[in-house]
Formats: sequence, C-alpha cells, structure tokens
Amino acid sequence: MAIIDPRHAAKQLIYERVFRSATLSAAILVLLILGGVAMSLLRGAWPAISHFGFSFVAREIWNPVTDEFGALAPIYGTVVTSVIAMLLAVPTGFGIALFLTELCPPLLKRPIGVAVELLAAVPSIIFGIWGLFVLAPVLQRHVQPWLIAHLGHIVLVGKLFKGPPFGIGILTAGVVLAIMVLPFIAATLRDVFDTVPAMLKESGYALGATTWEVMWNVVVPHSRVGIVGGIMLGLGRALGETMAVTFVIGNAHRISSSLLAPGTTISSAIANEFTEAVGDLYTSSLIALGLLLFLITFTVIAAAQAMLRRLERRSGAAV
Amino acid sequence: MNRRALRKAKNAAFLVLSLIATMTGLACLAAILWTLLSHGLAGMSWHLFTQMTPPPGGQGGLLNALYGSAVMTLLGILIGSPIGVLAGTYLAEYGRNSRLSTVIRFINDVLLSAPSIIIGLFVYEIVVVHMGHFSAIAGALALAILAIPVTLRTTEDMLNLVPVGMKDSSAALGAYPWRTTLSVLYPAARSGIVTGLLLAIARISGETAPLLFTALNNQFWSTHLNAPMANLPVVIFQFALSPYKDWQDLAWAGALIITVTILVLSISARVLLAMLQAGRGSGR
Repeated sequence: MAIIDPRHAAKQLIYERVFRSATLSAAILVLLILGGVAMSLLRGAWPAISHFGFSFVAREIWNPVTDEFGALAPIYGTVVTSVIAMLLAVPTGFGIALFLTELCPPLLKRPIGVAVELLAAVPSIIFGIWGLFVLAPVLQRHVQPWLIAHLGHIVLVGKLFKGPPFGIGILTAGVVLAIMVLPFIAATLRDVFDTVPAMLKESGYALGATTWEVMWNVVVPHSRVGIVGGIMLGLGRALGETMAVTFVIGNAHRISSSLLAPGTTISSAIANEFTEAVGDLYTSSLIALGLLLFLITFTVIAAAQAMLRRLERRSGAAV
Repeated sequence: MNRRALRKAKNAAFLVLSLIATMTGLACLAAILWTLLSHGLAGMSWHLFTQMTPPPGGQGGLLNALYGSAVMTLLGILIGSPIGVLAGTYLAEYGRNSRLSTVIRFINDVLLSAPSIIIGLFVYEIVVVHMGHFSAIAGALALAILAIPVTLRTTEDMLNLVPVGMKDSSAALGAYPWRTTLSVLYPAARSGIVTGLLLAIARISGETAPLLFTALNNQFWSTHLNAPMANLPVVIFQFALSPYKDWQDLAWAGALIITVTILVLSISARVLLAMLQAGRGSGR
C-alpha cells in the first residue's frame, strides 16, 4: 500500500470540516426559522400591541374605518370551529382506528389504511371548495332546518341553533374541519394502537374479554399518552387551518350565540383581509392575530409532540 | 348468562359503530373525489393549457397559473430540500445523540404541523416588506420553508435505516465521514430520500395560504421572479369565490389537476417506499 500523501490527508480534513459545518448550519437554520417567525411576527404586531394593549384580545369590535380592532371574535370562531371539529372527528377517527387494528380483514387493511392516508394528503383548498359547493347546500337544505325545528326550542341548547339556515357559518366550518382532520387523527391513532404489544391484547382475549373490552380496558389505557398526543396534533391542525375554513365561515366579525350564524376565525380573517388591509394599524392588527395563532398552535403542537415522544420512548424501552 | 349477553351486545354495538365510522370516512373521500371528477372533467379542455386566466366573465385557461405553480414549487424544492437533506444528515450522522439534535428534532416536528399561513406572514415580513412588492421569489421561499421539515424528517429516518456495517466498512478503508456520507450513505438511502422529496412536492404544491401574501396572483403571463406570479391554488381560491360560472368551472378544473398531481405523487412515494422495504427484506 502506498504511503499516505500528507497533502491529500490535509485536503480530506478540509472537505470534512466544510461538509460538517454545512450540515450543522442547515440544522441550526431550522432553529433560526422558528426564532425568526416569532421575532418577525412580534415586530409586525408591535404597533397593534402597543396601541391596544391587552384589550386587543378582549374586544369584539373590528372596524377598519375607525381603526379599532379586537381579536375576540376570531379567537371565539377559531376555538368553537375546532371544538366542533374535534367532537365529530375524534369518535369517528377512534372508530376507524379500532376498525383498522382489530376488525379489518388483513386483505383490506392496507387499502383502507392507504385511502385514509391519501385523504390526509388532499390539500385544504379542495376541502374548502367542496365544503362551499357541496356540503354547505346540503347542510342548508336538510340538516340545519332539522336542527332549528327540533333543537331550537330546548332551553339553553336551543340558543346554539337559532336563526335562518345560511348554509355557511361556524357549524359548516366545523364540519369541514372535522372531515379534514379525520384522516389525520385516524392514521395517528392507528399507529398508536399498533404500539400496544400483541401479548397484552392476547392475554385479554384469553381471559374471555370481548373485542371492545380488550380495546377499552387494555389498548386504550396502555396508549393513553399517545391518544391524547394524536388528538392534540389534530387539534393543532384544526386551529391553524386556513383555506378549508375561509370558504365556508362567512367572514363576519361578530360573536353570535347561534352556531348557524356566519363568523370568522383567526386564520380566515388573515387570509381574507391581509392583502386588502390599508393602514399600518390594520395590517399590524392582522399580524397580531397571526402572532396569537402562532402562540396557540405552538403550545398545542409542542405539548402533543412531547406526549407522542414519551410514548415512543416507553414502547422503545419495552421492546 | 344475562350478563354475558349484555357484554356481547355492547361489543357488537361498538363494532358496528366503528364500521359505520370507517364507512363515513371512506364515503367522504369518495364524495370529494366524485365531485372533483364530475365538476373538473366538465371543465377540462385544451384551452386550460394554452390560454391565460381570463378577465371577469370571460373565457380562458390556466396556463399562467400552471406555469407559476410549477416554477414556484420547483424553486421551493430546490431551495428547501438541500437544507432539509443536509440538516437530516447532521441529525443522523454527526449529532445523533447531542442535546442540540434533540432540540432540533423537536422544533422540526413542530414546524411540520405549524399552520402554513404563519409561514406566509413570516415571509411577508422579511421579504415582501423589504422589497416593497409581492414576488414569485417570496412565494418560492415560503414554499421552501414548508419543504424543509418534510425532507429533514425523511432523510434522517432513511439514513438511520442504512446498516451500520456499511458505514464501518467505509471508515475502515480510511474514508472521512463526508466521503462515507456522499459515496455510501446517500446512494444506499437514495430511494428513501427521493420519497421525501416527492412527499415535500406533494405537500407544497397544494399550499394556498402562504402564497396569498407572498406571490399574490397575476392575471397575465409573467416569468419575472421579481414580480407577482399566478399560481394554481390562489387562482382556485379567487375563481371559486367569484360569481362567474366560467371562473368557477376553471376553479374546479384546477382543483382536479392539483388533486390528481398530489395523489399521484403520494402514491408513487408510497410505492417507492414499499419497493425499498421489499428489497431490504429479501436482500438481507
């Protein structure tokens, strides 16, 4: 073997340093992006924050003419549409995950799983346009009149279902969001359920438990952390979803007690108004909404990730 | 005996419910695809690919929007994926167990599901405000930022799948880690990394919210990266919400094109991954 050329070795070392720093800088760039997002939103929102102070998040008024802005209506819309979405999507997603892990014939398991995952890949604007042209008319003609006629008279609950059936509004946005996050929640829950060791489940069956009892008393307690994590990841999606909601929310800056009334969410207010906003305070208020959304979703997603990580570590240790 | 019947009934009830849930999910997918096909195919014609987006009430195609989407998606991938691949390489090879890597992995997963409209606002603040106008390059940057987490995650996962023996053999021959990475690890993980790229393209080509205030839209043919550029998602958004029948038809046709593109990309990514796993299983 030839003697190693010292110049060649030195060159190799330089290449090594260059490559290593390139990968390190790329990795650090990821941190910088998140930091940059926070900093730039804070800077853009500063005029609105210093002008309105804390009352920004507590006021319902949104008046570009008099330059008065409050975030209460968008916050309300964001929270309520997401809650509706979760109420519909979590039980359904749970059912799909249960079906895929315990009931499904092996032959169908992959195709249905893939179909669910493909539904998750459909871009949100498709859900929006479908919601506006297909779902909203159906809700307006069939579902909402029924809700008004049958639930509108009950004492407290009735308030949620008062007023004319607009078709678009908070409820419709919630339903579209539910359909959007459903595949996501179903796929995550399925993966979480799959981490439960087969031995635990078989022990349950051996004791004579039914499928449902094994599910509820073995699988669910074992994967509790992952279930909550997966649901919160779905919630993070629902809170920040823009296009699907913007089509069907109606963009009305007011809080109505009825779920059938039009409303607004943080993301749809930004999407609808940002390019048309005139005046620094208007633009800044919209960026302040963005900052709020960032803080809310960041908290939810970070908590979800922390939980899913805990599950991963635990199932890794068990194997 | 009675108790047993009750348990069985409860079990059957929940199993039926889970079946209904699955049916509902699949029905939603079918309903969306059916609407897309029936509305979109009606609007399909050669004009889509030869004419520009029309003025209000007029007829036309989607050529400038298709071109703009292709250019910005391509630019976004060209900028974003090298960063994602390099950062993934760092996490898998150099800083596998370091504290910094743990933090970066966490932040990356948060970015992966962060609302895209926030990224749009970010790019607006750092690029559009400073340039003073909307531009295609700003749109491409927003898409690049969305592509980074996807490529980073798949690259790291795929590099971790490469057998340690291959790395050790390369090191035993005297190769520095950079040489090992470029000549051994990347080729070994190639189809995995390509899968990541396909997924990233699928992710960003349908994004609308981040383009609304970065690339905006442009009714005319424009190849200037420094000017607003038409793109399919924003055109769909504007045309679908318009009162004109012709515009709405174009929106449906555009929606069908985007969805088919993304489904084809996702399915090919999946097939590629399945082939990779099959090869791994039989090869070793």
